[in-house]
Amino acid sequence: MAMTLGPQEAAATAPIAELDQVTHRSERRRAFNRFMRYRPGVVGGIIVIALVLVAIFAPLIAPYSPYEKVGRRADPPTREFLLGNDEIGRDVLSRLIFGTRVALVVGIGAILIAVCIGVTIGATAGYFGGKVDTILSRVVDTLMAFPLLALLVTLSALFAPSILNVVIIIGVTVWASYARLVRADVMSLRQREFVLAARSVGVGDARIIGRHILPNIVGPVIVLASLDIGSIIILESALSFLGLGVRPPTPSWGGMLSAGRSLLRNAPHIAVAPGIAIMVTVLAFNLLGDGLRDALDPRQRG
Amino acid sequence: MLHYVIVRVLQGVLVIFLVSIASFGIMQAAPGSPVDILIGEAQVSDAQVEAITKKWGLDRPWYEQYGTWLKNVVTGDFGRSVIRTGVPVRDMVAEAAPVTLRLNVLALLVAVVIAVPVGVIAGIKRYSPFDYVSMIGSTIGIAIPNYWIGLMLIIVFSLKLGWLPPYGSGSWKSYVMPVSVLALTEMAILARLSRGATAEALSQDYVTTARAKGLRESAVVTRHVVRNALLPIVTILGYRMAFLLSGTIVVETVFAWPGVGSLLFASIDRKDYQVVQAIVLLLATIVVVANLITDLVYAYIDPRIRIQ
Repeated sequence: MAMTLGPQEAAATAPIAELDQVTHRSERRRAFNRFMRYRPGVVGGIIVIALVLVAIFAPLIAPYSPYEKVGRRADPPTREFLLGNDEIGRDVLSRLIFGTRVALVVGIGAILIAVCIGVTIGATAGYFGGKVDTILSRVVDTLMAFPLLALLVTLSALFAPSILNVVIIIGVTVWASYARLVRADVMSLRQREFVLAARSVGVGDARIIGRHILPNIVGPVIVLASLDIGSIIILESALSFLGLGVRPPTPSWGGMLSAGRSLLRNAPHIAVAPGIAIMVTVLAFNLLGDGLRDALDPRQRG
Repeated sequence: MLHYVIVRVLQGVLVIFLVSIASFGIMQAAPGSPVDILIGEAQVSDAQVEAITKKWGLDRPWYEQYGTWLKNVVTGDFGRSVIRTGVPVRDMVAEAAPVTLRLNVLALLVAVVIAVPVGVIAGIKRYSPFDYVSMIGSTIGIAIPNYWIGLMLIIVFSLKLGWLPPYGSGSWKSYVMPVSVLALTEMAILARLSRGATAEALSQDYVTTARAKGLRESAVVTRHVVRNALLPIVTILGYRMAFLLSGTIVVETVFAWPGVGSLLFASIDRKDYQVVQAIVLLLATIVVVANLITDLVYAYIDPRIRIQ
């Protein structure tokens, strides 16, 4: 557990703090080297960066507008329209490129919400223990009892379909695993000498959690988050596919699949491309997550 | 052990109780009052609205409504469907449940029969070509949305080749695609976990001991490695229940199977909230019970768990 070397002596004297800076930097260096050693993780990282660039520069990259009819309805791929036209004659490739935005915004947005809620609840339960822990743990159990998609489908029926609502709904339903992870880690950390030392010199609870405990759980949380983004992108696409997520005409991969579904016989090309886009994106995030796990969370290396 | 059983069972009951409050609460927050849905397009006076509100107990505070609902649910009465007027929700769910049960049990069987041996072999022969191929397959399998695989199978096997029906749940042929699709994700995850469990068992001291006393490698593997690796694999199956049931909702919709997933989706669409409430509660209860059984079985087999 070299990770814990960093912040734990934060309360110590100045020369030791300086020394600590050195070990901290070299540990970061070592983590980076560990990450670079796992090739699939590096490839995943490069694809993720490429996808982010595609999402940002979508209007420059896309050959046509994602909203306007530019060709004949449901035409198969041609030299002019590389992935063909969709059910109302829009360019599938352009809609695919713009669809990256929805996938990434929902994936990253929902994970940020989930991490915030999960870390807060988990740290509170793990640090204070006792009754607080019992109550919060049962809340986490309750959330985990629902099959995720059943809960999401039900919740999304209650709110107007929009990107923001999809982000919020997914974010408030997937935080339970973060709470469990953080709770367990905080429980073992609060017994450690550096926490007892901080408490013995009169440091308050909030400061102990914020300055001494949380920095030590950043690694595992980042790893879990990067592995979860993929499954959230699949969940979002499933919701949009069922007509409960992002509404047309906004281009989303799940929505494109839903439209393609009714034309499977005559225009199967409409339903093929978005599925591949989802697969590549999810794969990239999962590989990146595996690489980050090797780098940041050496305990769990498989 | 008895103490552990009692604590876990009580926790399970408490969680189901919290689940029931959550399911009831979500539906209370649903837009549109039940009275509006009941009346529909009909022209009614304010007095009639008031009469309906009173008749269904909608004028009472939420906790009283919840109490009545809970009392009915415990006795097996889930109320009546507002849309299919008068049909008890229990009958609708009972009609759909066997379809979903068959689909999920078959999918789980297929997944276990294929993925566990693959994972165990990959774990024994780590870094062999077999290991690489199966783990690449598993990595890709986890990344593919299952409903999309469903669409691709329909294109190939129903529309191009004409071998299998694209939807419905009539003959055995109609089972092939939904079961494969639902099994696929489970397979990908199970294979990976089985590999991990096997590799973990291989690194234990008792394996070194077994080898040191001159046991044949095949005997080491079957008697020591596989037996110990199966324990975490079995427990994972129990904890995967929520994910399996989650997958069934989209898959049933893609293949138009008249199961619980389709019923849930259709009921949300029609704002038939009594049915939604019942299904969500039912699914969550199944998950809690499955997890509880898994925990107890695990504790029974492995005494280390009970001590905590």
